[in-house]
Amino acid sequence: MIYFDNAATSWPKPDVMLEAMSHFVREVGANPGRSGHRMSAEAERVRYGAREVVAEMFGLDNPLRIVFTPNATAALNTAILGILNRGDHVVTTSMEHNSVMRPLRALEENDIEITEVRCSPDGTLDPDEFENAITPKTKLIVTIHASNVCGTIMPVREIGAIAGEYGIPYLVDAAQTAGTVPIDIVADNIDLLSFTGHKGLLGPTGTGGLAFAPDFDIEKMRPLYRGGTGSRSDTQHQPDFLPDKYESGTCNIVGLAGLAASMRWIREKGGVGKIREHEAELTSRLIEGLGGIDGVTVYGTKDATKQTAAVSFNIRGVSQSDAAEHFGDEYDLMCRVGLHCSPAGHRTLGTFPNGTIRFATGPFNTSEEVDAALEAVTKVAGE
Amino acid sequence: MHDVILVQSTTHAIRIEKLLKKAELQVKLVPVPRHLSSDCGVAVRILADERNRCEEILSENSTPFEQIASLKK
Repeated sequence: MIYFDNAATSWPKPDVMLEAMSHFVREVGANPGRSGHRMSAEAERVRYGAREVVAEMFGLDNPLRIVFTPNATAALNTAILGILNRGDHVVTTSMEHNSVMRPLRALEENDIEITEVRCSPDGTLDPDEFENAITPKTKLIVTIHASNVCGTIMPVREIGAIAGEYGIPYLVDAAQTAGTVPIDIVADNIDLLSFTGHKGLLGPTGTGGLAFAPDFDIEKMRPLYRGGTGSRSDTQHQPDFLPDKYESGTCNIVGLAGLAASMRWIREKGGVGKIREHEAELTSRLIEGLGGIDGVTVYGTKDATKQTAAVSFNIRGVSQSDAAEHFGDEYDLMCRVGLHCSPAGHRTLGTFPNGTIRFATGPFNTSEEVDAALEAVTKVAGE
Repeated sequence: MHDVILVQSTTHAIRIEKLLKKAELQVKLVPVPRHLSSDCGVAVRILADERNRCEEILSENSTPFEQIASLKK
């Protein structure tokens, strides 16, 4: 069996993840932040531990600036809907996932104007084009960190520098890069970083969050939900401090126990840089191999140093669904075909509306698996 | 003699506990004394003698708190 769908969710997970989740349910159990007893305090220690390891991975000193959400989509919606107001303008790219584009499209109905900066057909973005798109009404810049379709990495640090010059908050969607590409919120000039726990961070589904730069003023951002936080219970108004302002309702503490364990495992195994190295090696092998197969077109930069492990391609004369069926039935190879929730990305690459076949390797894949997958593609292309 | 730090949330309580333990100060999480606050969560009990040091550490680590109150016992 070969699992090449790590861009959708990573598999397998480190054993320590399941152990931590099982331990939490059996031994800790309580609701963090809701009571003063020993078990609740221990649950809060587990959650705080998760905040610490996330803060450390993204270059933040203060774990209070990590807010947990059910997934990256919730984090993106919180930031986008919380910052923008009627009459505002927002700048984004033509490579975004629907988790950014759908909230933005809904806001168009409230007189919020969107500029999508065009990327090249390989998904790359020219930061200068970005600067030209900024107007006095621009109140938010939001970009994907790396395309979930073809892996192309955006010039986040350069965009962040421009955003900083104009004093516009910069929101980065790190769904594909948290845990696979080193990120430093301060050095990369990011104000808000949304992340998911179940992809590169190797945690369970139902975990994710929003990381706040040290100088981001939370008065600029409304919460998406309001409700019980366990704090300030004497008032019916939402707390105005981090993390409680954006963390109403009981959180997925079992999931966070698992996420923290997976992230510590990543750290012990040499960190994100090490994973990046491994994935770049596999990606390079995959791109090179696919490029040598007659009838195969690879999309994106075709350069492992400029992209993540998500590799998109098509096979001449073979529909993506037929290919996926062959890969699944005959080679037990799991991949994702179609539009990958990114009509914008596929339009940019010229692969809309048919889409592509996506192979996305992860930290547990091997070069032998890449070779076996290349053999499968060669056979399907030759039929 | 003990003082008690009233905190914004239990997240803050855990952060304060960790920061003060690291500085080898005496610290214990306790239920919020009812006469001090209507809140239902935890507070951080410290030695009254170490109050100034605690305040310094929290300030150095940008960690806000509601107030520090004296416990008479």
